[in-house]
Amino acid sequence: MAGLIGIRGLALTFTRDGTQTKVLDGLDLDIASGEFLAIVGASGVGKSTLLRVIAGLVRPSEGTVTVSPPEPGRRSVALVFQDARLLPWRRILDNVAFGLEKLKLPRAERKRRAQAALARVGLADLAGRWPFQLSGGQRQRVALARALAVEPHVLLMDEPFSALDALTREALQDELVRLCRAAGQTVLFVTHDIEEAVYLADRVVVLAGAPGSIRATHTLDAPHPRDRTAPALQETAQRIRADLTLTDRVAG
Amino acid sequence: MRAHPAATLLPLLGLAAFFLLWEAVPLSGLVNPAFLPPPSVLPAAFLREWHSGQWMAAIGGSLGHYVLGLAIGVGLGIAAGTVTGLFRTAEGLTAWVVRVLRPVPGLAWVPFAIIWFGVNPSAAVFIIAIGVFWIVYFASHGAIRGVDRDLLELADAFGFRSAPERLIKVVWPAAMPGILVGVRTALGQAWMAVVAAEIFGVPGLGQRMMQASTLLATDIVVVYMLTMALLYGLIDAAFTALQARVLQWRA
Ligand SMILES: Nc1ncnc2c1ncn2[C@@H]1O[C@H](COP(=O)(O)OP(=O)(O)OP(=O)(O)O)[C@@H](O)[C@H]1O
Ligand SMILES: [Mg+2]
Repeated sequence: MAGLIGIRGLALTFTRDGTQTKVLDGLDLDIASGEFLAIVGASGVGKSTLLRVIAGLVRPSEGTVTVSPPEPGRRSVALVFQDARLLPWRRILDNVAFGLEKLKLPRAERKRRAQAALARVGLADLAGRWPFQLSGGQRQRVALARALAVEPHVLLMDEPFSALDALTREALQDELVRLCRAAGQTVLFVTHDIEEAVYLADRVVVLAGAPGSIRATHTLDAPHPRDRTAPALQETAQRIRADLTLTDRVAG
Repeated sequence: MRAHPAATLLPLLGLAAFFLLWEAVPLSGLVNPAFLPPPSVLPAAFLREWHSGQWMAAIGGSLGHYVLGLAIGVGLGIAAGTVTGLFRTAEGLTAWVVRVLRPVPGLAWVPFAIIWFGVNPSAAVFIIAIGVFWIVYFASHGAIRGVDRDLLELADAFGFRSAPERLIKVVWPAAMPGILVGVRTALGQAWMAVVAAEIFGVPGLGQRMMQASTLLATDIVVVYMLTMALLYGLIDAAFTALQARVLQWRA
């Protein structure tokens, strides 16, 4: 499978008030087409920063990030944030169409694609509502639809479900599996929830240390839909937990 | 939102009480009617102004100054507030210029307006525009400085990276509630500026008011005061309705 994202020797240093903080160091990572890759790590280890670098919002201090160039009418990557981050002055359909407005598509095509994306997350009926009229879970689905609408090579998700209650979170996890598996969508999913990572991903990368780097990689080949209580998942979760506590001890 | 009947009735009741009290004070002999003309003499004064054609002419003149001065002041206020709200350098450069110019009262600009534009409508428009500019400038500056940086990051993430794109997609819509508050304040301030702008002889409500007051025709002064209040009331009500429509996205 062709690599959609290639990261080589990535390091990132923030400079603030003259002091430099190295957040990421010596990171190598490849994401293959169709893969569902999860990144887990403690708070502050640099998970969001890594996504920002991949999305082109922050320039790396060292190393290279190569992202496959998009075809016309698509984007290489699209980001889903922890908060839904909808634009409150746009109706739901117009929020979903936001990214499409940059892609030089005819208006009718934009509308069709926004409607299709909204339908994929099951919210076609809410097209005309305002964001304030939606629940937290619905808002996060709209954010997902907004990202899917631009048909990204890689969908980047930064703890997208962590602000939701357990029931809604599980429902959205199942929905994400259904949507992405069916379409062969490549996903890079950041989370601090180990159970979530092993339930969703083909591969889990453990990010740890200060500055953050890759501490371990685990592969999961159980077919989807998975059983959350399956021993294989539990076992991998245990090993990830061990990776994290081990690095804590090393770091402390 | 459906208004409760009492909610629409109450302001009218208050207004009626206000006029009754106003009528009672000069009639009771408490105040000389020449100093405070009672409302009952106003219709006659109004009809005199109406038949002479001066009322309509004054309204026409003032509305012209008002609309043009307001448009220029609001436009420049939003533009300047946008620039200093977005760019720290611009904010720093103008910080003391703003402090020097801001406290200058509208009346102080009158001699300059006459020298620069002559005694003609442009001078009146200038005075009104200056009065309005600062209000809109500070409202826009604050609203634009306060735009959620997360939303700008969102625009970035979906490829809107040039200044015009960010302005149109995020900055102006996000700042709109704050800007409109400034514009609404400006609608009232501009009427006050109309009087200052017309006292030196540009035809309009302010000029008519000054002429009447030098003749001590207090009834006519009051007719024009109420005319201005009516115009302001209508414009403010229309603007509030427009504002509610534009900002219907707010919970
Ligand atoms: N713009 C910035 N300037 C300076 N330091 C920053 C900046 N953004 C992030 N950092 C620092 O970089 C480190 C990593 O931040 P990041 O947001 O990537 O962590 P994270 O792994 O996503 O954490 P969480 O799970 O809490 O979201 C933190 O120590 C943070 O304080
Ligand atoms: Mg984060």
